[in-house]
Amino acid sequence: MKPRFKDVATVRSGLKKENYLADDGIAGVVYLADRLGKPVLIEGPAGTGKTQLAKSVAEMTGARLIRLQCYEGLDESKALYEWNYKKQLLRIQADKKSDSWSEVHDDIFSEEFLLTRPLLEAITSEEPVVLLIDEVDRVEVETEALLLEILSEYQVSIPELGTITAKQIPLVFLTSNNTRELSEALKRRCLYLHVDYPDLEREKEIVLTKVPDISENLADQIARIVRSIRQLDLKKAPSVSETLDWARTLMLLGIETIDEKEAKETLHILLKYQTDIAKAAKELSVTK
Amino acid sequence: MPVLDLMSGFIAELRNAGLPVSLTENLDAMEAVKVIPIEDRDAFKYALGATLVKNNAHWRVFETIFEVYFSLRGPEYEINQEGQPDDFWREMQDQMDQVKGQGEGKGSGGGMDSLTPEEIAAMLMRALMNGDQAMMRALAKQSVQRFAGMEPGRPVGGTYYLYRTLRNLDLDNMLQKLMDANREMSKQELSSLEERLEKDEFESRIEQFKQEVEAEIRRRLVADRGAEAMAKTLRKPLPEDVEFMHASRDEMQSLKKALYPLTRKLAARLARKRRHGRKGPLDFRNTVRHSLSYGGVPADPKFRYPRPAKPELMVVADISGSVAAFARFTLMFVYAIQNQFSKVRSFVFIDGIDEVTKFFKSTEDIGEAINRVNSEADVVWVDGHSDYGHAFEVFFERYGKDINSKTTVLLLGDARNNYHAAQSWVVKEMRKRARHVYWLNPEPKSYWNTGDSIVGEYGAHTDGVFECRNLRQLEGFVENLA
Repeated sequence: MKPRFKDVATVRSGLKKENYLADDGIAGVVYLADRLGKPVLIEGPAGTGKTQLAKSVAEMTGARLIRLQCYEGLDESKALYEWNYKKQLLRIQADKKSDSWSEVHDDIFSEEFLLTRPLLEAITSEEPVVLLIDEVDRVEVETEALLLEILSEYQVSIPELGTITAKQIPLVFLTSNNTRELSEALKRRCLYLHVDYPDLEREKEIVLTKVPDISENLADQIARIVRSIRQLDLKKAPSVSETLDWARTLMLLGIETIDEKEAKETLHILLKYQTDIAKAAKELSVTK
Repeated sequence: MPVLDLMSGFIAELRNAGLPVSLTENLDAMEAVKVIPIEDRDAFKYALGATLVKNNAHWRVFETIFEVYFSLRGPEYEINQEGQPDDFWREMQDQMDQVKGQGEGKGSGGGMDSLTPEEIAAMLMRALMNGDQAMMRALAKQSVQRFAGMEPGRPVGGTYYLYRTLRNLDLDNMLQKLMDANREMSKQELSSLEERLEKDEFESRIEQFKQEVEAEIRRRLVADRGAEAMAKTLRKPLPEDVEFMHASRDEMQSLKKALYPLTRKLAARLARKRRHGRKGPLDFRNTVRHSLSYGGVPADPKFRYPRPAKPELMVVADISGSVAAFARFTLMFVYAIQNQFSKVRSFVFIDGIDEVTKFFKSTEDIGEAINRVNSEADVVWVDGHSDYGHAFEVFFERYGKDINSKTTVLLLGDARNNYHAAQSWVVKEMRKRARHVYWLNPEPKSYWNTGDSIVGEYGAHTDGVFECRNLRQLEGFVENLA
């Protein structure tokens, strides 16, 4: 199969065109995922652009994004495939006399009666596909096993039909908010990418790209204040999306340079716990 | 050394450090190395990281080992030979002239040798002020060369050299100097917010410089001793394996950081277990309702899930010097998942005992509550040496009536009783009333019942004594408890 990207730099510039600013680590892992044909497991704090990465890669490569949102109680029939029982029932009842048993049997277990769910769909698709398995940590450990076959072999086995192998190898992204330890088996099959809060320069750039008309000076100040706040011992540090919300708020309020008072008054956009807000307000007003 | 040999040594070292690297992951790394050139060091590092490290907490260990094994690769990372002229040198020469005043420094040729430590410190300050990365790196190299006094084969650890280098540069006072200089430079008065931001900026730059120095020292040590020996001396336990009783300050910090995600995971796991624990009796209504979509055939039976009662918890912790850290972590741990218990009460003692539940009630911030426990709890009765016997006696007298068949009592401590009376009948009485009584001991098992430790005497009356030296063991215990 032809590789999608020439080198790491191509990935990076391509993502930048989609307004996603990747650092070396992110671009490198996306590149590797394509070369090695392996899925990528993305972990990291909430609101750092894990899901967005998959979306941006799909846009960059012009592939269709198929998304499987995971939740507790997700099972085979929602993730892989399901037999269309109602239709099968109809088929049996429609002409009771004419068909022999084996004919009916072969007939109702054909592709016509198969409902494809995201995973099967990603594999059977003719056009290029990016498969996003979102918040995989929400499913139970036992359900994870459903994913293993598709992640390592890119195939799905259906007992009545046989094995369906992928027509093209899709790029697969799994995201996890780390609410539980994923199984070794799953981790082993994936490349691992930890997306952390961006450093000062990157955060500033993100603010500049995502918030229109913001001045460089303000973006710089925002990035620096957010960095200082993240260094505190907080319940929930501000995420990138909250930084962006804050930047937009400041723009709406028409603030050009942030001073202490304005920073304190708008802190509740960055932080969502009262104890955190109090702590940050105290820290920012004390000199040393 | 060919890359392949280097890789196998590298992976062996990762395994030695406790990272679970499987065979498939090893093969993946080899594949990855094929498509990423080793010369692009950052990309190379991330490629290895993505294939070999599947847990973010292990990343720092990985990074250190990577530095050791691959630090001598790539042109820009070669050790600068003395007197080698390159672009930095010329630039530094210029800077030097500026520092010394016009003309004086010209023609000195011998590079930094002619500079006094003060002058180098001044150059460093300028570089830090402007955030000049290249200059900082060059200065780090030079100052290690000049000040660390490294000799081949000398059996001294890297920290010694680091200390020597930094002392010569007077880095401790650098922050203050930078702040002063910055205040002078800016025309108008800085607001406290701006000042704070500047300070954070300088701090991060100084930290960066320190890391450069450290990396340089490590490179030199590796060149001298070889990667394997170096990796061995640098080997550090993973955060979850750090022992509470012997943790350094840095390790304490990393422990604290590791604690929160751990409790979050544990809470999620326990909540899930509670919901999906066992199957209950058939839920008839629900089953019939679902049977409608199968034409009245109850193909999908539904069950009522039992909701087991949450246990009540009483934590009684020794907070005397040696085991204080352990008590602190256990309390933090228990309170972080307190919604898994119907009620948590906590008591701390040295030779007197005090209830500290209120500190945790009044604030959401567990860290602050712990600090208040340490400063405000009334735990000294006579001399401030652990007296388990007396503490237990008072505990039972005051709170014994609150222990009932729903209560689980956790006793924390090393049971080093300073040869006081044991009063182990109290534990026996507790066990009669409580659902369970457990003892957690932060000492290694081999030390139990040596010297003044009488954990065996108490332990005989409990439902179990558990060794709890690190986060991993603590987590395992709490999981079984809730």
